[in-house]
Amino acid sequence: MAAVVVPPPPAPRRRTPSTWVRRGGLTTLLFLLPLLLVFGVFSWAPIAQSVVMSFQQTNLVGPVRFVGLDNFAQVLGDPLLWTAVGNTLWFAVLALVFGYPIPLVAAVLISEVRARRGLFSALAYLPVVVPPVVAVLLWKFFYDASPSGVFNTVLGWAGLGPWQWLQNPGSAMPALVLEATWAAAGGTVIIYLAALAGVPAEQYEAAEIDGAGIWRKIWHVTLPRLRGVLLVTFILQIIGTAQVFLEPFLFTGGGPANSTMTVLLLIYDYAFASSLGGDYGAATALSIMLAAVLAVLSALYLRVTKSWSAS
Amino acid sequence: MKRGLISPSERATPAIRRTLRMVQGLLLGALLLTGLGPMLWLAKAAVTPTQDTLRTPLSLFPTGVDLTNLLTAWTRVEIDKYFLNTVVIAAGSWLVQLVVATTAGYALAILRPRYGRLVTAVVLGTLFVPAIVLLVPLYLTVVRAGMINTFWAVWLPAGASAFNVVLVQRFFANLPREVLEAARVDGAGPVRVFWSVVLPLSRPILGVVSVFAVVASWKDFLWPLLVLPDPAVQPLSVRLPALQRYVELDVFLAALAISSVIPVALFLVFQRLFLQSGALEGAVKG
Repeated sequence: MAAVVVPPPPAPRRRTPSTWVRRGGLTTLLFLLPLLLVFGVFSWAPIAQSVVMSFQQTNLVGPVRFVGLDNFAQVLGDPLLWTAVGNTLWFAVLALVFGYPIPLVAAVLISEVRARRGLFSALAYLPVVVPPVVAVLLWKFFYDASPSGVFNTVLGWAGLGPWQWLQNPGSAMPALVLEATWAAAGGTVIIYLAALAGVPAEQYEAAEIDGAGIWRKIWHVTLPRLRGVLLVTFILQIIGTAQVFLEPFLFTGGGPANSTMTVLLLIYDYAFASSLGGDYGAATALSIMLAAVLAVLSALYLRVTKSWSAS
Repeated sequence: MKRGLISPSERATPAIRRTLRMVQGLLLGALLLTGLGPMLWLAKAAVTPTQDTLRTPLSLFPTGVDLTNLLTAWTRVEIDKYFLNTVVIAAGSWLVQLVVATTAGYALAILRPRYGRLVTAVVLGTLFVPAIVLLVPLYLTVVRAGMINTFWAVWLPAGASAFNVVLVQRFFANLPREVLEAARVDGAGPVRVFWSVVLPLSRPILGVVSVFAVVASWKDFLWPLLVLPDPAVQPLSVRLPALQRYVELDVFLAALAISSVIPVALFLVFQRLFLQSGALEGAVKG
């Protein structure tokens, strides 16, 4: 931000509209106009409106009424909310168990490849560029419950199965997480690879002089150097999994027996699933509550990245 | 070449070299299976008759190849139309995002008005608001503006990306100011400096923003689902789940394959750009 391009002209006695225009104030404002219009109408106004709407009863048709905290009370009293919160947490935990260590291990291994490293990272990243809807619909077919389903065929080779992947309340969520992990891991691998490239070779050399082998170097040099980025991907993953929507929406629609109903799916259902007109108050109240939780995580994220880029 | 974790002398040790080679072989196998495998399977299934895919999904063309799937998907199922919609939606979102990010970046990083810090702060603030908060009020805004079933309903909200503005603003702020100064001394006004100096110097960051814009638009599902209820204007991502219900399996899988071609091709062509921006995402996105 240090680049001051125009040396400030001698300050005039009074700023009049005409001196403002002559010194380019109007041009500057015109350059900012697209941002102000687009953000104003499609970001700032809706954010403000969202807060207001959470205290209102409204559905496009009837008159708008202020109802105080009724929407919040209604949402918090909905037994489905606690199912959805539980499921979302379960999704987050499973996603951490599956999805957190795999990219790290893959990235450390890829960073030590000497020939054709580009091929390795491109292969790891490929699932990320597959459109998510295509990926989910493809995996839905892979999860086919019949003995000749793709995954069940593979299980059959090992004498296992057939499993009811998506139809069983116990296995539906892990199945969703497996697909989500496949779809997202490549992005995390790339982030780790960038961080690994920044570990100074001298630190490894210093560790070797102290007699450290490969495992000790990983433990005492690599992992400490990655601490910051590991925390960042951790928080980003939590923020991401708290907003999981596509997988439960397309794989299971929240079923079987609400076992994959997530918070975002519930918001969608409140607002858009009913043909009678949405309960927009409840939907915004729940999204405000979710946003508050995520804001705490985002603030944490900012603190971490700040101290991390400062060091 | 810059060394990493394993030192050259360790690499020379036979035991370590053997283990390393084996681990890397396994890694390559696993990456081929998980990264390329599903895509290859989809490509195969796109030209396989339904009965073969259902009975023996993992055998390779037991009763031959059926290329008509692709043709049927493209013409009778009208994938061509949804494909075109997807391209038009992505192109419009890209243009809106580029216009907003470059003009705002120029104003905030180079023209620098007094109120610039305030604008930057309010733009940055939206990074902390998860998209879900916007969903309902944004939907109602679009309904009231009569933009339902028009591409504007997708194009314009796409422009409100704080991430783009931050990226471009930072890049512009680091441009060599001697060059801008020289252009100004030569009598170029702010518009000309923007168009003939700043934009040509900013190709790298414009490439990154473009990749983000096109990929994000191609991936988007929930928003176009809400604001484009008319099938005639829907993109592929919205149309595919609906098609699944009444299209035969082989044709449906062909449609899935066609929908993946452009993003995968873009990735193969602009690999470096994708991998760079991917790493950037972790550093900036909140």
